[in-house]
Order: sequence, then structure tokens, then C-alpha cells
Amino acid sequence: MDMTVTKDALRLRLYRSMMRIRLLEEEIVRRYPEQKMRCPVHLSIGQEGVSAGVCEALAPDDQVFSGHRSHGHYIAKGGDLGAMMAEIYGKADGCAGGRGGSMHLLDVDAGFLGAVPIVGSTLPIAAGAALTNLMNKKNVVTAVFFGDGTVEAGVFHETVNFAALKKLPLLLVCENNLYSVYSPMAVRQPQGRSIAGLARAHGILSLEGDGNDVEAVYRLAQQALAHARGGHGPAFLEFSTYRWREHCGPNYDNDIGYRTSAEYEEWRTLCPIERLHANLLADGHRADELAALKAELQQDVEDAFAFAEASPFPNAGTASDHVYA
Amino acid sequence: MPDNPSARQLTYAEALREAQAVAMERDSSVYIMGLGVPDPKGIFGSTLGLQAQFGADRVMDMPLAENAMTGVAIGSALTGLRPIITHQRVDFAILALEQIINQAAKWHYMFNGRYKVPMVMRMIIGRGWGQGPQHSQSLQALFAHISGLKVIMPATPYDAKGMLIAAIEDDNPVVVLEHRWLYHIRDAVPEGYYTIPLGTARLVRQDKNAAVTIAATSYMVLESIAAARLLEQQGIKTEIIDLRTLRPLDETTILASVRRTGRLIVADTGGARFGISAEVISLVAERALANLKSPPRRVASPDYPTPSSPALADGYYPRGPHIAAAALEMLGRPIDPHMFDPPTDRRLDQPDNTFSGPF
Repeated sequence: MDMTVTKDALRLRLYRSMMRIRLLEEEIVRRYPEQKMRCPVHLSIGQEGVSAGVCEALAPDDQVFSGHRSHGHYIAKGGDLGAMMAEIYGKADGCAGGRGGSMHLLDVDAGFLGAVPIVGSTLPIAAGAALTNLMNKKNVVTAVFFGDGTVEAGVFHETVNFAALKKLPLLLVCENNLYSVYSPMAVRQPQGRSIAGLARAHGILSLEGDGNDVEAVYRLAQQALAHARGGHGPAFLEFSTYRWREHCGPNYDNDIGYRTSAEYEEWRTLCPIERLHANLLADGHRADELAALKAELQQDVEDAFAFAEASPFPNAGTASDHVYA
Repeated sequence: MPDNPSARQLTYAEALREAQAVAMERDSSVYIMGLGVPDPKGIFGSTLGLQAQFGADRVMDMPLAENAMTGVAIGSALTGLRPIITHQRVDFAILALEQIINQAAKWHYMFNGRYKVPMVMRMIIGRGWGQGPQHSQSLQALFAHISGLKVIMPATPYDAKGMLIAAIEDDNPVVVLEHRWLYHIRDAVPEGYYTIPLGTARLVRQDKNAAVTIAATSYMVLESIAAARLLEQQGIKTEIIDLRTLRPLDETTILASVRRTGRLIVADTGGARFGISAEVISLVAERALANLKSPPRRVASPDYPTPSSPALADGYYPRGPHIAAAALEMLGRPIDPHMFDPPTDRRLDQPDNTFSGPF
């Protein structure tokens, strides 16, 4: 993929991808108080660099699974925006027909195979999809996104052990945003032990980088994917990043006592979108050109919300459908 | 079940093995994993030789990681394979409850029918020879509580083969609970392919003069047959239903039999409280109460874990005489206390005197 994409075209693609996530989630923030989106939302504003960088490096046929904070991964993999918003609005045209809500997105055609909010649960499921690809000799890599808390769960170690054993074409992407809900790293993991090191101890390729530098994310993802695609087994990526808004919901929560405004402000200066915006300007792109691109993406977002609002609610009589295939 | 005495006989374990071989030959997407599947013991004989026949990619051992490996099975099932994951004890499978309940049972529903989860989870119920609190639980009620799962308990070699093939072909996650004390039972089993539809109970005995219906699960079907013989000596006819699928439950067969006999005993290998027996009796209370001539009875495990010592465990398991006694009480007939005397040909911690441990 890299050979055919110039550096400038790549930067523009990464910018579009991150901006699409940011604008859609900012629109959720604006409209959430209307109380029409009646399900929890876990926003990834501030963390768009990991979603965009990794998914840009994936091939269209590659597969993605995710967890509770999945909007960015779904959008970056090319998930349909209208179906996503209709799902969050609980509508019939939602990607899960209104059965899942924000925490159960999927767009199989785009290669986004599903998200669930039980931390760590999609790791072995992604490994199972990778096993299918290995058995069927398909040149497909399965990626799974998760947070720093996941490495504390037994299922993480069980999955990495099996993936290493079978040399599965699996990419494990850890977004380390320092908090599990409101619990900081210091109360959950021993000081001085790295998450990437935990994965390395299982005997697999493990790399770490700045998740708010989208181009660095892209390069590391390419390296990891070449490894996984080459039959060398799974690869692990740990990216440092930061969620700007509250764990669940549209607001800021720097005032409730679990983290400081100073910490937030420091991460705010590391905005992955603003950093790439500066690079694009330095490349010679004009501010009004980038503003026009943003306006075009905002229109996509407006269309997605309009689609969701216009979609009917599912018929209550269908609630017991699809218990058994 | 064929009754031809000249027909080929297989043990329950051999019937399970043959079911998997038949299914794997018919469908290349079927594969097996489980701790010890290819080892020299071959899951008490039920997977012996399958790796030699189908290769190590399709018949594999696995790490000691029940939860993640169940997730791996789910992920492979969502993407086109048909896994069979095997646990040598039910007690080990409950390490995987997160994946079974939150994931396997939900993906079809919560993604609006977009996915199917065609997978089989084989779990063995241990008993006897001091298996104790964590090697002999009979947890069918726990699994049967979960919508989205199917739960089956074949009691004969014929059913074991036909129902396991049906489970492998089913597009839903199916929990197969196999009682260790059934593994050596022999029965006529046809060669080749056949299936028994999931969701159908089997009327083991039907009699228009029957005074009581005994609905039983798994090994308790054999105890029910023993009870029926005891009752017959006193001129009491019975109907016996082998429930064999717990979810979906064959309500029609249960209700029809109770409407004929007017009395119901449910004999289950699991606990009585909040159990399968409670569910079956609730069904009858809601739909056929007017047909009942006496209160229904549960003959199931007591409300404490299985102890190991034979001195403690012998009283844990209800037997044919306990089922017969429940029927006699219902009918207001006297009960001979010698009826409960232990058998003379075996100790109570053995299914028969050929079984001498260790597990």
C-alpha cells in the first residue's frame, strides 16, 4: 500500500480519517443533551491518531474488532456513519438494528467485525477469526483494539499465548490512555513495568509509540502488519494517548478529582489532529483548503444524523427475533 | 432407538467418536479442540484416533485456557468454521462462562441476525470414585437458563451419535452434557450418517394405563427404567420421558404424557432447587394443573456440593428406588424400606463393578 501512496496523499488521508471521527463525536456531544441518544457513549476524542494510523495501514480485507470505546475504530475502518448513528439512536436502520447501541457496532462489509463492552472479550474472538484465516490460507490480518486495563485480564494472556503458539495473523493494538474508568495506572499495574514488555514476554513482536503522532502510528502499524502477514505470528502495538472527555458520556470530568486539569491541558496540546494540521500547512497546504475539507466532512456527519433521525424505530414485536439462527 | 439385537453395538464413547468422524468427513469446516483430545486416553475414548484420521490442524490439543479458547472457537464460528470444544469436566468449562454467556449466546441476537455461531461445547459430568465437589457438578440448569444456547443431554449411544451430529450441524451454540457413567453403556448404533432433531424428547415407555410420568435427564433415565421395573412388580405402570434436549424443551411431549397419567416425577442429575425439575414442574403447573391428581415431585440432587468420601457421597445420588418411592407415595401405597438397600453387585461409587477408577 505504502508504495503507491505519496507522503502528501497519505497525510491528507490520515487527516480526513481523524477529522471524520472528531467531527462525528463532537456532534454527538452537541446533541446528546437532547436525550434522543438513549444509550451510553464512550467517546474517543483525543485518541483519533491510533484509530486512523492503524486502520490506514490495514488492507481493505483486513478485519477489525474492538471494545467499548469503538467509534474511532469503526469510522477509521470505513464503517457506515448513518448506520452507526441510527444504532446509537436505537433505530431500525442501525448497524445492529437497535439491539446493540453504541457499544455493539459492526459493519462486516467494511471489515469491522464487531465490538463488545466486556473488556478483553473480543481478543480471543479476533484470534478465532485469525485462526479461520490461517486455516483457510487467506492473506488477511485481524486487528483488535483495546485499552491499558485489558492487559490486567487473564483473557489477554490466554489469547496472546495461543496466538503466539499458532503464529496467528493477529495484530493486538493497545491504546494506553492511563485510566480504566477513573482508576489510574498506579493502582492497577506495578510501577515501571511496561505494557509492551508484557506482550514481549509472551515471545511476540511488541512495539510502542506515540499514539498522538498519527504518522508514527501508521509506520509502526505497517511494520507490525508486515510481520503478522509474513507468517511470523502476532504483533503487539502499545500507543500512549489520552481521552479528553469523561469515561462515558459527552462531558469533561477533570473537576471530579481523579485527574487534574493540568494533566488534561498538557495532553490537549498534543492533539493528533492539530499536529498533523501544522505539518500539512508546512507542506504548503492552505488553511482554507483544509477548512473546506473539514466542511465537507461535517456535511457527511450532518447527513448521518439526518439519516438516524429519519429512520423508524424497530417494531417492538421483533424484540424476540434472532434468539436462534 | 432400534431394538434389533443383531444390530451393531457401540458404547456411548464410541458413538460420540463416530459422530465426530462422520461430521468431519461430511464438512471440512468442522474441527475439534480440547485439552487432551489427541492424548492416549482420547477423552475417555470419545476422540481416540480422530487426529490420525483428520490431522493435527483439525483435531488439536489446546492450552489450559478455557475462556480464551472458547472465544477462539466463537471467532472461528463467526467466520465460517464449525468448532467442537471439549471439556473433560463441566467444572472446567465454567471458566469460560464469560465467553459462553456474553458472547456465544449473544452474537446472533445482538447483531440482529448478521452472525451465526455454529459451535459445540462438549462437557462431561463426573460421578463416583470420590470425584468430589469440583469434578462432578451437573450444571445443566445454569446453561439452560441462557437464551441463545441450546442444551442437550443424550442418555443412550444411539442418541449420543445422532444428537451430536445434529448439534454440529446446528447454526447455534450447543452445550452437550455427557454423563461419565453413560460412557460404557452399549446400544445398537447404525453406521454412517443420521441425526436426531434437537428439541425433541423421547418417550422411553408409553402405556395407556400408566399411573405416573417420569421425566428424566441423562443418567437418571437409566435410574427411571430401574424404578419402572420396581413399580411394575407392584402392578404400577409408568411412562418415562427422556428429556434429552433441555433447551429448547419439548413441552408438547411432557404435557401430553402428564395429561394421560395425571402424575409427574422429574428425575434430574442436577440440583433440585432452581433446577430443570423446577422448570418442568412449573411448565406443568402453568399449563396442565387441572390434570394433576397429586402434587408433582422432584427427585434430584440435594442442596449441598458433592462430597468425595463414599461414606458421604453414597447418600447424595438418588437412585431408582428413590424414584419408585416417590411414585408409591403419590399413589398412597406402602413403601418397603428394604427397597433402598444398596445393590449387591457393586459399590455405589461405581456404575458397575468393571469401573475401578481413577476417574
